[in-house]
Amino acid sequence: MPAEAIVEVRGAGKSYDGTVEALRDVSLALPQGGLSTLLGPSGCGKTTLLKIIAGLIPPSAGEVWVKGKKVDGPGPERAFVFQDFALLPWATVLRNVAFGLELRGVTPEQRHDIARGYIEKVGLKGFETSYPHQLSGGMRQRVGLARALAVDADIILMDEPFSSVDEQTRRKFQEELLDLLKIERKTVIFVTHSIEEAAYLSDQIVLLSPRPGTVSRIIHPAIERGGKNPDEIRRDKNYLDVVDEIWQILKRYVV
Amino acid sequence: MAQQRFVWPLISFVFVFGLWELAGRWPISLAFPPFSKTALALLRMTVDGSLPKAYLSTLQPLVIGIVLCGIAGIGFGIGMGLSRTIEWFSLPIFIILQAAPMAAIIPLITYIYGIGLTAKVLAVVVLAAPVVVMNSYKGIRNTNASLVQMCRAFLGTRRQEVVKIILPHAGALIFAGLRLGLAMGFIGIVIAELMITPTGIGDLISYHSSVADYPEMFAAIFSIIALAALAIHGLERLERKLFPPEIRGA
Amino acid sequence: MVLFGKRVPIVFSLVIWFVVWELIGRAKLSTIVPPFSDVVAAGMTILPTEKFSAAAAISLRSFALGMALALGIGIPLGVAMARVAGVGKLLGMWVNIFVSAPISALVPILMAVIGVGEATVVVTVFLFAVFVIILDTQVGVRQADRSLVEMARCFGAAPYQIYAKILLLSALPEILAGVRLGVIRGVKGVVIGQLLIALLGVGELFELYSKNFLMEEFWALVIVVFMFAFLLSEAVAFVERRIEYYAGAR
Repeated sequence: MPAEAIVEVRGAGKSYDGTVEALRDVSLALPQGGLSTLLGPSGCGKTTLLKIIAGLIPPSAGEVWVKGKKVDGPGPERAFVFQDFALLPWATVLRNVAFGLELRGVTPEQRHDIARGYIEKVGLKGFETSYPHQLSGGMRQRVGLARALAVDADIILMDEPFSSVDEQTRRKFQEELLDLLKIERKTVIFVTHSIEEAAYLSDQIVLLSPRPGTVSRIIHPAIERGGKNPDEIRRDKNYLDVVDEIWQILKRYVV
Repeated sequence: MAQQRFVWPLISFVFVFGLWELAGRWPISLAFPPFSKTALALLRMTVDGSLPKAYLSTLQPLVIGIVLCGIAGIGFGIGMGLSRTIEWFSLPIFIILQAAPMAAIIPLITYIYGIGLTAKVLAVVVLAAPVVVMNSYKGIRNTNASLVQMCRAFLGTRRQEVVKIILPHAGALIFAGLRLGLAMGFIGIVIAELMITPTGIGDLISYHSSVADYPEMFAAIFSIIALAALAIHGLERLERKLFPPEIRGA
Repeated sequence: MVLFGKRVPIVFSLVIWFVVWELIGRAKLSTIVPPFSDVVAAGMTILPTEKFSAAAAISLRSFALGMALALGIGIPLGVAMARVAGVGKLLGMWVNIFVSAPISALVPILMAVIGVGEATVVVTVFLFAVFVIILDTQVGVRQADRSLVEMARCFGAAPYQIYAKILLLSALPEILAGVRLGVIRGVKGVVIGQLLIALLGVGELFELYSKNFLMEEFWALVIVVFMFAFLLSEAVAFVERRIEYYAGAR
């Protein structure tokens, strides 16, 4: 373990209606301050696992511990970024970003102040009064990210955040996410089905096998990021090796 | 371009009223007056005050009935959407009532409540309530699951979930239910006045029909259909203003 | 609803309502509510009578004829309005007006022009049902998958093949939704038409029972008619769900 574990999953399993088994006996330790990816083909239960950690879905077996406490629902130390953005269509960017704080009863002046700061950090300055339908997919997900950052949680859970965003936007967003996380010092748990995305972003990659999802392998990419620009990383030998290693494992699961 | 918008409706009006005029002049029936005579009768009835007076007694029960449905019907529909128990007890009834010809009850209403205002209000409520209730219910139940999950993930309470997510989300469908309820209310008030009470616009229609003043009868019918169309169109405009499709989040 | 750890199907709430009805009737709280068992007994006695079967036959015939007309005219007209810009613009406004207008107000015109008979009821059913069928057909054909039409063209489909093999099938879910709503409205049309004429079919029976205060018979008839409307719309809804299953891949 490179750092102390902030999230621990112990023997988690999930079955629906007692028949469909989505997850079986998953045990994981996710290090503080790192970016961990849950990677696997569609239907491997990676989103289910993330939502169990978030406390949105109760596990049918096992338990999840976050910061030494057992999870029995969502908590203030965890924030979620949704695959479909989950923005209120009738609310402005400002209200959407401040929504987590609004639910906690923070006064309007305070929460709008905080929200404005994060809107600027995710690069949406000037769009405070826009509505979600006026933004592109990439911009909407920036709103979702700003909302998660605004509640000042230690852990950010991201469910395929870039899957509804085009490839160019996605790359730009990945680079900015890494920059942002350097400053914000969050623990991130990230679900994706993109091998390149996992290899590019992660300190730790958890490979899940499909149906029922079990941990197939845990990889710690030893990519030297310090001082390199994103394009150099994408040509880095270690990066390319990790991508290849993952593909060799995952292609067994593809029909 | 602004003028262009009115060209087709104008052609459309001329086309239909022209056909009406021709059919009336031919005539297809002695009881079918041409458009021009009907329009003149409408003018006459408006000027001599018989039409405005009739509307005074027709619109009163309609408005009372719709307001009652708006308060009780929407309230009940929301309750049905939020509470599994209320849903269990009442959903099958409302599914049946929505498909059922509620007009069949109107004769009964007459024989209990006589021919007064109460009977007319009840006729409106009986026809309008099912669609108002069902739309409010559907609005609540169709809430975007992802938004509800988001609210929970950010530690929203059940109360906040209802007030900040579910109700704003259901607003458009609830309002549309009120509009459909108004359309049903118009049907109800017309039937009630034709069948039960010799007052209002229904009386005007029956009276002129019985003395074979067909242009006047047509004018009265024309006016109630036009009024219904205008009122419903107005509500539709308001609906689009209050809940533009892009911020509805369907 | 969960009782003793078991999920109770929602239709059972109807049983509870019938029990409540029975109790209210037994307690003689209101003269218009006889015990449910008496209503069922009355239903058993009126159903086999010649008077009922004659009324039912007339009502069903009017309904079937009116619906056949509404389908035969409504669907082609809806297709034409979607495919021919001029037709759509000329009639669109009128369809929109009459889809929510109080058609019941037109019945006195029909009585004056066509006469007090079955034909008037047939036309009432037609008018109640046709507009929603036109509207939904039009929406369905307009939304038909463009790439399917382009695909058919690329493979050299003749215009009639595009209509028969692509447009109509592609619009089938919307057309069926229109037919279901049309059926529901058609049943309302039969009842309202016959009530206003008051000399025909089940409308006459409703009048007869409520005038002579035969509450058991009245409620039995209400249940029969409501069930008929519900089962008919459920039958169309069943076909609709089958079609939607195939259309799921759209």
